Amino acid sequence: MKSRVELRHYHTDISDFRRRLLIVTAGVVIAFVLLIARWVDIQILHHNDYLVQAENNRISLIPITPNRGIITDRNGMVLANNYSAYTVELTPSKIANLNDTINAIAQLIPITPVDRRHFFKSLADNHHFASLPLRTHLTDEEAAKIAANVFRLPGVEVNARLFRHYPQGKVAAHLLGYVSRLNDADITKLQSAGRYDNYRGADHIGKTGIEQSYEALLHGNTGYEQVETDAGGHAVRLLAHNAPISGDKLTLWLDSRMEAIAEKAFGDHRGALVAIDVHTGGILAMVSQPGFDPNLFIDGIDSTDWDALNNSSDHPLIDRALRSAYPEGSTLKPFMALAGLHYGVRTPEQTIYDPGYFAFPGSSHHYRDWAPNGHGTVDMHKSLVVSCDTYYYHLANDLGIVRMHDFLSQFGFGRKTGIDLEGEKPGVLPSPAWKAKFSRQPWYPGETVICGIGQGYNLATPLQLAVATASLANGGMVLRPQLVKRIVDSHTGIARDLPTQVVGQVNLPPDQLKVIVDAMIDVTRPGGTAVGAFVGAPYLVAAKTGTAQVVGIRQNEKYHAADLDMTHRDHAVLIAFAPADAPKIAVAVLVENGGHGGTAAGPIARAVMDYYLLGKLPAPAPQTGGPVHGH
Amino acid sequence: MGIKRILLKLSSHLDYPLLIMLLILMLLSLFVQYSAGNENTTHLLMQGGNLLIALIVLVLVANISPWHLLSLAVPLYVGGVLLLLGVATFGDVINGSRRWLHLGVLRIQPSEILKIAAPLMLAWYFHTREATLRLADYGIAAALLALPVLLVARQPDLGTALLIAASGFYVLFFAGLPWRLFLGSVALAGASLPLVWHFLHDYQKQRLLTLLDPTKDPLGAGYHIIQSSIAIGSGGILGEGWLQGTQAHLDFLPEHTTDFVFAVFGEEFGLLGNILLLLLYLAIILRGLILTDRAPNLFARLLSASITLSFFTYVFVNMGMVSGILPVVGVPLPMISYGGTAQLIVLLGFGMMMSANTHRMLNKS
Repeated sequence: MKSRVELRHYHTDISDFRRRLLIVTAGVVIAFVLLIARWVDIQILHHNDYLVQAENNRISLIPITPNRGIITDRNGMVLANNYSAYTVELTPSKIANLNDTINAIAQLIPITPVDRRHFFKSLADNHHFASLPLRTHLTDEEAAKIAANVFRLPGVEVNARLFRHYPQGKVAAHLLGYVSRLNDADITKLQSAGRYDNYRGADHIGKTGIEQSYEALLHGNTGYEQVETDAGGHAVRLLAHNAPISGDKLTLWLDSRMEAIAEKAFGDHRGALVAIDVHTGGILAMVSQPGFDPNLFIDGIDSTDWDALNNSSDHPLIDRALRSAYPEGSTLKPFMALAGLHYGVRTPEQTIYDPGYFAFPGSSHHYRDWAPNGHGTVDMHKSLVVSCDTYYYHLANDLGIVRMHDFLSQFGFGRKTGIDLEGEKPGVLPSPAWKAKFSRQPWYPGETVICGIGQGYNLATPLQLAVATASLANGGMVLRPQLVKRIVDSHTGIARDLPTQVVGQVNLPPDQLKVIVDAMIDVTRPGGTAVGAFVGAPYLVAAKTGTAQVVGIRQNEKYHAADLDMTHRDHAVLIAFAPADAPKIAVAVLVENGGHGGTAAGPIARAVMDYYLLGKLPAPAPQTGGPVHGH
Repeated sequence: MGIKRILLKLSSHLDYPLLIMLLILMLLSLFVQYSAGNENTTHLLMQGGNLLIALIVLVLVANISPWHLLSLAVPLYVGGVLLLLGVATFGDVINGSRRWLHLGVLRIQPSEILKIAAPLMLAWYFHTREATLRLADYGIAAALLALPVLLVARQPDLGTALLIAASGFYVLFFAGLPWRLFLGSVALAGASLPLVWHFLHDYQKQRLLTLLDPTKDPLGAGYHIIQSSIAIGSGGILGEGWLQGTQAHLDFLPEHTTDFVFAVFGEEFGLLGNILLLLLYLAIILRGLILTDRAPNLFARLLSASITLSFFTYVFVNMGMVSGILPVVGVPLPMISYGGTAQLIVLLGFGMMMSANTHRMLNKS
């Protein structure tokens, strides 16, 4: 069979050939119909899907980070601004071996082990970013070196970025707060608030202070550039430009020079000061000592700096003015006296005899006066001038805790002041109801007695004390304290002054108030407890000193044996306003473990008032820091 | 006028319907290349040069006597196979495969020669054996075909190997390959697929797998298919217009002037353009088949059939690959893709076809 000669008939041959031609032609047509079917599928049926993919391929939105709003004090002194600096940034997704790439960069510019640690830490912390900085603040020469080598370093870029800067350094650090790199927690928060879209391309966010509380205004609106990109991700053509809108400019009530004076006046003491405009509630100074340099935080704080700040027994990061509550001590007495007058429990002339203690009838337990032998016969005026404790033990006992609470709460004690900062503490204004909430114990009469002199459960922040003092100065208006005075829209240039917010009005009949103010003026005169600090002041000062017992205050760390004695000393407290005849400024000062209010806290208040009322600068002038250039 | 006489003589062996359609295709090629090459005039002129050379070769070859073609078959085939052996031993490795051979200043890809030499050889073989054709002749012809196919497949260049195999197979088929043998070999090929799979290189396996689901490897092997599908799909019915396509111009489409040029065409001219282009190709193929049908002798028939159907194969494999229904193999779109060798081979083939169909072969039946 295999070897037989094929029979060849021309006609059958040709007809077979034609048949094969027809079959093949049919095959060609079928194949082409298949192609057309595929095109119908992708060009008609799925056209829109592919069109979207083509657009996604082609068009990308490049966010343009807005300039963060500038913060100035009331006189236009810049407290927070921005400057541009080069950073070298790595896009991990485009880099096969990060260490190799970093080593290659390190051959061009200095990269410290700290830079590396920093980078890998933020890589572990931040999953939302395409690129992360390896080093910031490159010099022009360093930037040029990297830029010339990016072709052989895929995933490496040199970018000019805006950095936040706090030109005054430590001054007003707590209330300004700081910005720092966005982390996953910030992003989750922004996402749930529906604001994350505005943070595309942004890498910093306000973490504390005004930077945090006014974040929404300071950040501005992110702009977009809609660009056509090629397959390599390079922008080829600009399709649309949506300019960013810079954040609003904030002008504070704060006087940064006064702030610096106050900070200096604390010396090595820990403590806090709040100075407030008695008519508007504007915060003129708000000090917490010791402080810190917020510039350290912007790029992510170095771990040694962080340990130094975070582990210090001085707790420099805590804003004591806002977040530390202390017993008011004797500074509560003017308010107590007003309560006595209000409820008709005392008249100004009514006296008690002070043998040096108060005791309940039939009890041998003595509630002792600070003067062991007592003050003798004491009326309301004298009770304030000499700060007689026994007078207020009696008064508290006669008023009862509920009336004390109801009256004092009008001044804002036990309640957040509503200042434009986050993290404020409400302090404690005790009452039986309050006590029932956290313990099953009933209220004891003895607790009322010690509350009468601002001890016991009583706790107030320096800010609360200042607000309450301001209401004594302005005739009973309780104001909401405000740091920000004016908001200037960077886009329109329109300035908006924030209105004064009156949160309450205490009914203080002028004759009653006059008794208290007169007594507080005499506190600063010979025979008063604050005479030393205010002697020779050419303006009239109304003040009340206090000492807050440290016992009962929670102390977080006590491992410095040498400090033990020191940290058990009383806190010095002072409230004051001036000029007493036409009040402008109210001040609350607390010096931790400062001892007596008049001697430790008084001079600080005096320095602030001298500057504010007289324009007097203590020499030398406060220092201001220059721009920080890392590395 | 001497020149006029020469032109007249040269033009007498051309098939005008085929030539005109090829010229239309060339013109289209220039338009498409202008767009795909980002409106680069140099690129356009280069393609024009490629096409012109190919066109001249077509005219010249069409005027060669088929006898000369017949006598060239064996030397071309033997030379081609020797060159392939040379490539296997001395060739340059480019992109991981050994395809190029340096001959002094000339660098050639011998596998391209075999696209013509193999069918020519088989057509010669059957032509000379016409009177005494035995079943064994199909076996010998298959072996003659298998030798270069295997050499090319080993380079490895599976795409070209399959194209050479196809061109030779068309000769076998039209030489009257018995149906049982045809069906048997199809069955055998089907059964040997797992074995073939075993011998495939990883990247070849990857390409085949990628075809099933290109999204599995969007930046690797699937990238070509995804991007070309996006380009064609986004073209819609009417296309975005000449020079208006975005994907190729922004480099999302790899090889957008060569193997993937059809994606540029599909994006800019849409379904309508695709169908018109396909119809043009179909017309050329039908004209080729008509010439095949009218061919004066077996050699002309076999050669015409193989050249026409190889042309169809290039068109279908390229468009199928770019449209995402065939695996990615390096096959250019005839006449439209940028390139010298590919156009030359195609028009050389058509020239041989015209030669075989317009010359009388007086000494044979």
